[in-house]
Amino acid sequence: MTKDEIRATVLRVLGEIAPEADPASIKPDVGFREQVDLDSMDLLNFVIGLHSALNVEIPEADYPKLATLDGCVQYLMAIREGAA
Amino acid sequence: MPILGADMSAGTLVAWRKKPGDGVKRGDIIATVETDKGVIDVEIFVSGVIEEMLVQPGATVPTGTVLAIIREEGFRPVAPPPAPPVPGRVRISPLAKKLAAELGVDPATVRGTGPGGAITREDIEGAAGAKPAPARPAVEMDRQARMRQTIGAAMARSKREIPHYYLSTAIDVQRALAWLTEENGRRPVADRLLYGVLLIKAVALALREVPELNGVWVGDRVVPSEAVHVGVAISLRGGGVVAPALHDADRQSLGDLMRNFRDLVQRARAGGLRSSELSDPTITVTSLGEQGVETVFGIIYPPQVAIVGFGKIVERPWSVEGRIVSRPLVTATLSADHRVTDGHRGGLFLAAVDRLLQEPGRL
Repeated sequence: MTKDEIRATVLRVLGEIAPEADPASIKPDVGFREQVDLDSMDLLNFVIGLHSALNVEIPEADYPKLATLDGCVQYLMAIREGAA
Repeated sequence: MPILGADMSAGTLVAWRKKPGDGVKRGDIIATVETDKGVIDVEIFVSGVIEEMLVQPGATVPTGTVLAIIREEGFRPVAPPPAPPVPGRVRISPLAKKLAAELGVDPATVRGTGPGGAITREDIEGAAGAKPAPARPAVEMDRQARMRQTIGAAMARSKREIPHYYLSTAIDVQRALAWLTEENGRRPVADRLLYGVLLIKAVALALREVPELNGVWVGDRVVPSEAVHVGVAISLRGGGVVAPALHDADRQSLGDLMRNFRDLVQRARAGGLRSSELSDPTITVTSLGEQGVETVFGIIYPPQVAIVGFGKIVERPWSVEGRIVSRPLVTATLSADHRVTDGHRGGLFLAAVDRLLQEPGRL
């Protein structure tokens, strides 16, 4: 899976949780919670959505690495390559 | 039309999910209605056979309006003698009356063909020479404005009628957070617990020790509830809040409570709450910690008699066995009805919540 495909997957999962969010307006280096109204339940659903879509295990301790779009893509690329 | 909260006065029937002649059993969804709280699935509380639908989709009717007639299991109908028309009084159903007003028909000029000479919807339509009114869009004013209006009405009533008292206490949640981290490390991602579920369970169990906080005010007295149905405040996207019930929260395992909480939040935001979830809460829990709030001063949601609030976790100096250490603290608050309890009982309740959170493995 390419970087762009992972990015698109992240935005799709985010869109399912926060339908009001415009994917095109998400700034990649700014925290999701600063741009979209997300609570802890949303974040849990986000992680579950990424887990289902990409078949990756995301330990709770790694949640902070998912705070931004860039961070998400970088982290998911790494664990899919087994180097996280 | 069920009353799904003290602030609800009317609802719009969106669709029937059953039809006349269908058998239904307790708990079945028979209709979908739209209220200021969103689209709600209406459950049935008896088992039997649907005889007649009395309200058509698209109609907005006051709470308490009979939506359908259901012949209960084992019920042998006895035809009542037709009631003689009362001179000078027009017998007319609420729906027909509303339709008459909409179509400009004077009910006094219409000959009723219903039971006892009652005027039916068809009579009004016939008198007006009109076809049935098309289903109108339920949203006649902005949903958010309506929700703010209804929340405002309920809260104003609460502050007007309920003599609130307020208590707060700081709770050390270090053990709870450490236990949660360890527990979630063992759970697959879809089964992980949120910290908020520990708070809900602690409140539910503490109510067993101070049960008078768990109930509803009816007329001039409190009616305690044996079941603990915790209403959880859920913010809606775009504004507004609902507080549907997690039924029997004290009896559920943390895993079950988490699954049900997740499902409840999803349905609250996407639509699909059940009527019983809105009408059954016996206490409310609200947490605003994620919004940066340290202390919540809750307003009781009538007819309940208490609301529990939790703020954000803050690292503060804390005395442990004579030493000052840094600990994660959360401020728990109780707003309670002074007609039902006093500060002494309320204080015992908060102390119980604190104690329960110190032993998270037993929740």
